[in-house]
Amino acid sequence: MNSAPSATTVTTALEMSNVRKVYTMGDGSDVVALDHATLTLGSDEMVALVGPSGSGKTTLCSIAGGILSATEGRIVVGDEDISGHSAKELTKFRQDKVGFVFQSVNLVPFLNARENLLVVDELGRRTGAPAKARADQLLEELGLADRAKNLPSQLSGGQRQRVAIGRALMNDPALVLFDEPTSALDTKLGEQVMELIRNEMKSRGTAAIVVTHDERITHYCDRSVHIIDGRLEA
Amino acid sequence: MKLALKELRRRPGRFATATIILTLIAILLMFLGGLLDGLIATSTGAIRAQNAQAIVYSGTAQASFVRSRIEPELRAQVEAVEGVTEVGGIGNVQLGARVPGNGPRDLASVALFGYELAPDGVPDAPPFGQAWADETIKASGVEEGMVIELGPARTPIEIVGFVKDTNFNGQSSLWASPDTWRDVLSANRPDAQVGADVFQALVVRGDGTDLPGAIDAATAGATDSYTVAGAVAAIPGVTEQQNTFNQIIGVTLAIALVVIGLFFALLTVERTSLYGVLKALGAKSSTIFAGLVAQAVVVTAIAALIAGALVAVLDLLIPPGSIPLLVTPARIVSSVVLLLVAAVLGCSFSLRRVLRIDPASAIGTTS
Ligand SMILES: Nc1ncnc2c1ncn2[C@@H]1O[C@H](COP(=O)(O)OP(=O)(O)O)[C@@H](O)[C@H]1O
Ligand SMILES: [Mg+2]
Repeated sequence: MNSAPSATTVTTALEMSNVRKVYTMGDGSDVVALDHATLTLGSDEMVALVGPSGSGKTTLCSIAGGILSATEGRIVVGDEDISGHSAKELTKFRQDKVGFVFQSVNLVPFLNARENLLVVDELGRRTGAPAKARADQLLEELGLADRAKNLPSQLSGGQRQRVAIGRALMNDPALVLFDEPTSALDTKLGEQVMELIRNEMKSRGTAAIVVTHDERITHYCDRSVHIIDGRLEA
Repeated sequence: MKLALKELRRRPGRFATATIILTLIAILLMFLGGLLDGLIATSTGAIRAQNAQAIVYSGTAQASFVRSRIEPELRAQVEAVEGVTEVGGIGNVQLGARVPGNGPRDLASVALFGYELAPDGVPDAPPFGQAWADETIKASGVEEGMVIELGPARTPIEIVGFVKDTNFNGQSSLWASPDTWRDVLSANRPDAQVGADVFQALVVRGDGTDLPGAIDAATAGATDSYTVAGAVAAIPGVTEQQNTFNQIIGVTLAIALVVIGLFFALLTVERTSLYGVLKALGAKSSTIFAGLVAQAVVVTAIAALIAGALVAVLDLLIPPGSIPLLVTPARIVSSVVLLLVAAVLGCSFSLRRVLRIDPASAIGTTS
């Protein structure tokens, strides 16, 4: 047996190499949303992904998170190569390995804050009591302990964003993808949320990609990667 | 599943319209079923009550009392068949009856039977000029001890007591001796009168695997014999009624299926982005679809139970003998089961859509 690296020695959270994504439009023409994208994230690294609208930021996050399949290229998250995964394998992968904070907040409207966190466990691993303890702890950390029983409609924009962050962390992911987490918030709230995101990531040692087109956000991250027309530049 | 049931509890308003429509459909379904059961019950009670292994008509009667004649010689042939232990003659006449206290045109429809072997629940025949009556005749104001007058000849018959579930052709039955029957028949239907010892049909008790077949073989086709169940189905009009009602019931079920299918298809369209988010969070399509089915089943079950309760109350409110509605637990339960099957099938319209929802629809677009 060769000295294969064990899971504990994995030092990268994400390795994308030469990833390409082509959308075929209704009229048969192709849109290249991502072109030979190569990106590596350390296991506790926070990277800002900066670029103008339509440059492929969401596409990159979706592919890294197993929501979208790449046209070409290799994607490894933690120790799992998801390049050839079937839809079913990707579902399982999303349950276990990644957390998302979507561009639009997308909480389940008829569930309160705590239940919105627990839904991740209900749909996935079904651990029960440990999940409840984890949800309560996350709500506490996010300053939402007294809002646990509130429905999304009873929360402010910043509070909803924090619930979404808590939901993304429920499955203890190796990688969290934040798609413009502050775009709907004013500057001050945005900074508070970024502060919170950084604390949560750094205290857990979790890797993250934070998509933004706001340069001011980038200093909360370890480094920035720029994307223009589907091409990454450091 | 838990998520789907939570939605039902938290947002009952979203499901109210569907529940109300399904309740109305379920009421219609159960009412139709109850009406069919009632019609069949009041058409067939007199035959169902027969404690017999064979009902024997004459060969060309097509199971109709009016067309059937059994002469003493034919009866003797039947009595000689192996396995036959008891044979009783039976005859019927259907007439309008004047009830004291009612107007001259307010006639009660009755079917008078003359019988030798007592059916289940009916005592032996009373003396000449008297009869047992089915209790549904009470709806026409008839009481015990009352004398009613049958047919154009106004033949007086004294009602000496009541029996249950013995009606025939939707008419209240009267149970009398063969002599009383022959007297009423010759006085009111002179064309149909029969001689002494002649009956319209025979009620046969005995044993043997196929007594009706053995009887018809022994008489060389001069008789047409049925089991009790066969005789019930052969009553002219019974099968036709059943088929007609079952077709209407089938159409009603199809409507329920379409209503459930459309409602949950619309709900699925409305929830496309929610389902996309759930899939992005790791929900399997099967989990989401199971939730949809659970909602449909719960909504349908609630609607069906409300309908069942309302139809049961309706049954209590309707006086016996007015509308032939018969509400049985079997009919309610079978209606509920059929509606639940329709609910599951209706949801299957949405299965493809649920499978096709792309988790990628959750991300990206800000709308
Ligand atoms: N589902 C899709 N079908 C076709 N084209 C798409 C689709 N999603 C994104 N695109 C295109 O891909 C490119 C990159 O989009 P996206 O990744 O959403 O950019 P960003 O998030 O940086 O705004 C854009 O040109 C966009 O129009
Ligand atoms: Mg985007």
